[in-house]
Parts: sequence; structure tokens; C-alpha cells
Amino acid sequence: MSKRVLTGRHFMMGDVACAEGALAAGCTFFAGYPITPSTEIAERLARRLPEVGGHYIQMEDELASMAAIIGASWAGAKAMTATSGPGFSLMMENIGLAVMMETPCVVVDIQRGSPSTGLPTLTGQSDVMQAKWGSHGDYEIIAYAPASCQEMFDLTIRAFNMAERFRNPVLIMADEVVGHMTERVVIPPEEAIERWERPRPMVPPGEHFLPFAAGEDLVPPMPRAGEGYRIYVESLTHDERGYPVMSPEVHDRLVRRLNEKIRRAYDQIIDYELSEVEDAEIIVISYGSTARSARQAARIARKEGMRVGTLRLITLWPFPGRVVEELSARIRAFVVAELNLGQMAREVERFTDRPVFRANHAGGMMMPPELILASIEEAYRDAKGSRRQYASIR
Amino acid sequence: MRREVRISGFGGQGIILAGYILGKAAAVYDNKEATLVQSYGPEARGGAASAEVVIDEEPVDYPHIEAADILVLMSAEAYRTYGKSLRPGGTLIVEEDLVPLEEGQKAIKVPATRLAEELGRRIVANIVMLGALVAATGIVSKEAIVESVRTSVPPRTVDLNLRALERGYEYVKEKVRVL
Amino acid sequence: MPKEAVVSTHPLDEVLRTDRLPHIWCPGCGLGTVMGAFARAMLASGIPLDQHVVVSGIGCTGRVPGYLKVDGFHTTHGRAIPFATGLVIANPELKVTVFSGDGDLVAIGGNHLIHAARRNIDLNVICVNNFNYGMTGGQLGPTTPKGAITTTSPYGFPEDPFNLPHLLASLGAVFVARWTTLHVRQLEETMIRAFHKRGFRFIEVLAPCPVGFGRPNDMGEGLDEMWFYRRQADYDPQAALEMLEVSMHKDSKVICGVFVDTERPTYMDNYHKYVLSKVMGGKSGAA
Ligand code: SF4
Repeated sequence: MSKRVLTGRHFMMGDVACAEGALAAGCTFFAGYPITPSTEIAERLARRLPEVGGHYIQMEDELASMAAIIGASWAGAKAMTATSGPGFSLMMENIGLAVMMETPCVVVDIQRGSPSTGLPTLTGQSDVMQAKWGSHGDYEIIAYAPASCQEMFDLTIRAFNMAERFRNPVLIMADEVVGHMTERVVIPPEEAIERWERPRPMVPPGEHFLPFAAGEDLVPPMPRAGEGYRIYVESLTHDERGYPVMSPEVHDRLVRRLNEKIRRAYDQIIDYELSEVEDAEIIVISYGSTARSARQAARIARKEGMRVGTLRLITLWPFPGRVVEELSARIRAFVVAELNLGQMAREVERFTDRPVFRANHAGGMMMPPELILASIEEAYRDAKGSRRQYASIR
Repeated sequence: MRREVRISGFGGQGIILAGYILGKAAAVYDNKEATLVQSYGPEARGGAASAEVVIDEEPVDYPHIEAADILVLMSAEAYRTYGKSLRPGGTLIVEEDLVPLEEGQKAIKVPATRLAEELGRRIVANIVMLGALVAATGIVSKEAIVESVRTSVPPRTVDLNLRALERGYEYVKEKVRVL
Repeated sequence: MPKEAVVSTHPLDEVLRTDRLPHIWCPGCGLGTVMGAFARAMLASGIPLDQHVVVSGIGCTGRVPGYLKVDGFHTTHGRAIPFATGLVIANPELKVTVFSGDGDLVAIGGNHLIHAARRNIDLNVICVNNFNYGMTGGQLGPTTPKGAITTTSPYGFPEDPFNLPHLLASLGAVFVARWTTLHVRQLEETMIRAFHKRGFRFIEVLAPCPVGFGRPNDMGEGLDEMWFYRRQADYDPQAALEMLEVSMHKDSKVICGVFVDTERPTYMDNYHKYVLSKVMGGKSGAA
């Protein structure tokens, strides 16, 4: 059995499953800074990466960690870092760099109670808007929200594949509950694991090559440092040669392409799970560990005779707005349940004319199903017009 | 059927490992669904330790427990904190020498630390308790818990741990007959 | 003028992105001189150009890789060293030079600088020190001499600056040197020496920034600062490290030379010894 892929049935902590997913995806480089509740990922990879010829380095901070994985990626490595809120804030700077340099890499955020140092050991989901908007500028990011230890494994593999495919940072926006919980994780045989590689130049070094010229899919091929392409890679606005150009036209073209390459691939990237929506009047939207509470709440609501379905967002960014739009036509209201004071609820509102009720808690505990149930009942009762109720503010 | 187990004691007793082995027995070897969550924070370093295991035939959505069906307590502090959190009709198993039970409270009393010392290493008291737990409740199969112990402890200590498991299991089987 | 010197030097065409010239630097700026020395050193080093990678942060110096026809990365402010750390660990075959300014490397990037030196990462760091933030119009930085006038120290800089060779030597850098842009030949030779060493190497190059530092501080134009270096620079590689502070006072000395040239196991040497040797079948390099 290859040491890289621990094929078999395991009882595994979410953070550990994430680390194993990274290895299965072909990760060869991890740079990070320990922070609760993500530290088990670093600890696991510190032990495991050298076993498979990879490299683990603990950097001086998260600024450096993020910079290091981008550097490693340009040397050809599949690279990752993992952190939590305070470190995620520091990584924002170079997440923007990874976007601008079109560098495949994976960033795992095991969310905890925030703002600031907040609740280091306790859960939260309040970094989900930061994931989209935290680094300055217009950019598209890909972010997944695992709801189980199995998904910590599966979605980490997918994150690597998407990062390579689109030359973009990809985020795993997990939360402490999923990170620290232990469940069954089934790791398939190595041959069954799909591994995607970044697009590579079609011309040999030395020939005319425009490193930032993209084809139909808007993703340019990516050489490695040291291969002889003599590339120049810029954090400044650059043209197809990679050269800095301070012109509004070039800037607009570049930023649009960077965004469009992700938007265009919506169908490839978006993933979600619908349950019992056929006859539903109310649909609960949630993600991560909160989706588990939502499932429980919906089950109880059904028993009480309310027709409730669930939409679990697996992809957070780009936001799966189309499914919200489609569902809107046939339901009375949405309930958006999340361990923050209503972040993704705003995004839902952009895609529906139905009332959006909220089930919120600032974090520190897993979302109690009763809190969601209360919002469902309220939605059932009140969702006639478009009046909005704020369950968390009552 | 959803069954909720809490194992609690002090840091260093191997509480989390006991929870892990139980959950793994269910999820990996008995083909059930199981979750394990553990208490974190400074209190987990030497203070109180607590593992919550939920076992079900259906996927477990909510991994936390309020009132346990099975409560295993291995310290006086754990008893103070969780002693009242047993569901009516649930099973309470305590470390006989470490938990001062209130008058009239029914429990299965296991001198796990003493039994472990008899086997030569007091640190396997957690596994003795696990054997007792399985014997008293049948929450996982005997085969599953044996396999789970075998694949979860350091290779050098497998024999010792399996003996500890057996000791706890036998102790309760004998005691239950007496009761 | 440095601009013409660079563009007209035909042998350097091989290592310059001539399609990007003329460069953006001001007349009298020292950066062209440093880049020219570096370009010649690369050619003279005998190391295949495809193996060279130059990484920079933000600032006037940060623009250097953009003019060099080798793999180059212009990263974020302060992060050139950690970026380069990832690059060289993932492919230890690369010859990675970090080329950046005093503000980028020592202020916002200071924490990375000290840790990379401590780790003895296989990096060649060229720090062009012009005592201020030139690109943004002459603000103070951590090497601004005490009392100097900048746009953010209009009454005179009240703090003590870093003595960079002293700092780097104390951090365990295996090679520490200082020259000024007057010492073109020595600089070039020192760069070649540094290319052939392993571990964390640091070359400080004092360079005129007439716009940001020279004029406000009565140093004058670029050429005047070169005259200053001509008068005041001393070659003294044995000088006590504590004495290497640069005050830029009219009658103060500017001490140059290679102050440290030693060996100690690099980060990768230690990684092999302490980590990879303990796992079965471990191989170096992450890529
Ligand atoms: S501002 Fe100073 S450092 Fe920058 S190009 Fe002009 S002279 Fe050179």
C-alpha cells in the first residue's frame, strides 16, 4: 500500500481527514503557522509529508505561510496551508497575490468564534464573507464548506483539483465542529482518486511564449520556475507577457479575465445537496456543521406537519445563486441558518424575491436545531408577504 | 436507534482514546454510524476530559449530547459535572474507587484502576472501563470492540490492552449475574 | 548616466529584457548600477541562466526582476523572502536571489528576514539600501540615518537605524557584505562569490536616491552621493560589526567589505539530517 493514500475505512478526525485528503490529492508542500482549531492538520502533515517525500515547514507567521505556498507552487509543488480566523486575516494579503499570479494553492480555514481572537477552541462560521471579500480588489474565489469528516477528505482533494484546473487559490471553509469531530472516513484506492494537473505550456522553452495569454477557458498554461521559459510573474497589473502595464484598458481586461475564468466554470465548480424539496414550502439553507443541525430541524418540522426541505451549500463561492433562483419559484420562504449574524443570508437575498428568515448564532457552539426550528415555524406562520423577520434579533 | 454515550474523567486517563475506540468499533467494525466529539481547552490539559459518542443506524447529524443513555464516569469531578445528566432508564457506570456515589444512586461500579493495576499498568483502566461498558450495554459487538482496540493502541501494547478489555468485560458479566 | 550604460552594453542583452527598457528609475538613481553588476555577475557565475530566479518585493528595487531575462517574481510588499523560501525548498536546484530594498526587506519584511537567516535558507539576498522609501516619494524607513529629513520625518528622524551587517551576522547569515554603487567591480565580484555559496547570503548595497534622500539631506544629486562615497568609504572587512552603522554625516565613514564568510549547515542540510533520514524512502524536494 502506498503511504501517500491510506486506503481503507478509518475513524478519523476532520482535521486529520483534511490532511489525508491533501496527501491523496498529491500535496507535496505545506507551510503554516499553528493555530487552534486547525493545528491537527499541521501536526499530521509534519509527520506525513516527509514520509512521502514532501516538505513541511512551519513559518514565522501566516503572511509568510501564504507567500511560501505560492512560491512552492511556482516551483511545481501542489501546496497548501491551514489556519483559522486570525491567521486567515493575515493570509488575505497573499491570497490576492495568488489570484493575481494565477497560482494554484489550497487554503484551509477551520473557523472559530470571531472577531479577533474570539473563541479559539469553539466553532463559528463568521469568515465566510471574508473568504469572498477579504483581500482587496475584485476577484473570484472558490470555496467549499465540508459538513462531515468524509467531506474534509473528499473536498480537500477537490480543492486541489480545482486549484490546478483554474490556477486559483481554493478555500476549504470548514468549522471547528467538523474539524475536531471524528467520524468514519473511507479512503478509496489510490487509482480511484482523480488528480488534476495545471495546464502546461504547449511550446518548448525558448520559443515564443506568452505566459499570460489564455485560450477559450481563460486559464493560461503555467510553466515552472527553472524550466527555461524565463517568465516574469507580476503582482502589478500585467499584460499577456507578464509585464507590468499601468493602463486602465489592460487592467480592466486582466481583472475581468481573472473573474470570468471562474464564473464561466460555474457548473464545474458548484456543488450542493437538496433534500425533500419537492413539496417543500420552506427551504432551510445552510452549510458546514450547521447543515447537520438543519437536517435534524427539518426532520422534526416534517414530523410536526410542516413541509420543509433543505439546501446544503457545498460550494460557498462562487455562490450557487442559480439553485436559489430556481427554488424561489415554488416555495414560500427560505430560512438561512448559519453560525454568524447573517452573512450568507444576504447573498441568498440577492437571488430571491421570497422572504428570507434567519437562524443565527454568533458561534461558540454548534447550531442548536431548536433555533432553526423556531425560524422555520416563524417562516411558516409569517411568510405570506415579503416581510422579513430576523430570528436572531428578536 | 440513536444512543448517546458520554465518557468522562480527568486528563491522562485516556478518556478520549476510550471514546475513539468505542466510536471506531461502531463506525468501522459494526457498520453503524458514529461520531465522537471531545471537550477542548485548558481544562483538557490535566483537568476534566470528556468524550461524547453518538451511535446510530442512521447518519448522525447532531454529534452533541445533553442527556446520555450511557454515562461512564471515572473521576469525582466528572461525577459532579455530569452525574445528573443521565437519561431516565440510562446506564451509569462509574470507577468505583474514584467516584463517591450519592446515597441511593444506582450504578454499575467497576474498580477499573485496581483491575488495571492487577494487570500491571494502571493506564489501561480506560480499556477496562470500555470492556465493562460493552458487557453492560451491548452497544457495540464484542468482535468490533476487540478489533477496534487492536487497531487503535500502540502495537507493543495490544496484548495488554486486550487483556484489560477482557477483564472489564468479565467483571461486569460476573457482577451482573450477582446483581 | 546608468540608463545609457545599461542599454548600450551589448553583452548584457542576453540577461536583460531589452523590450522593457528604458527602465523607470530616476536620473542619478543607483539601482541601474546594482542591476548591471548583478547581470554581469550572473553571466560570469557560470551557473546556467535557466537556473537563476530573482524574487522581489515592492519598491523601486522591487522592479529589478522585471528587467532581467531570467525567471522573475515581483511579489507583495515584504514577502519576497517567504515566497522565495517556498520556491527554493520546493526545488532546491534553483539559484534564488531576493533583490529588494531596505524598507521592503527590513521593515515590513523584517520578521521574514530574521527567520530566513536563522534557518539558513539557501537564498542570496541583495538589499539595496538608499535610506528611504523612494518609490512613494521619500518616507523614512528602518535604515534612515538618525536626524535625516524625509517626508515623514520633516524635523529629522528621531530613531536609531538598523546596522544591517551587524544584524545579519548576529542572525547567522553565512555571508555578509556591504558595498556602495561606487564599488561596481567589488560588488560584482562579491555577487559572484555569493552565487557559489550555499545558505543565507546578504549583500547590502548603499545606493543614491537623489529624489527621496539625497536632496532633502544636502547630499545632492546622485553624482554628489557617489563623490561622498569616494571620499568617505573605507574598505575594512575586519571592522567590528558594531561599528558598521551608516550615519551619512559629511565626515562619517562608510565601511565596506565582506564581513562574514563562513559555513554552517543549510536549512535543507538540516532537514535531511533531522527529518528525512528518519523516514523510509524520503527524498528531497517537494516538486
Ligand atoms: S525614487 Fe530613488 S530609488 Fe526610486 S528610482 Fe528614483 S532615485 Fe531611484
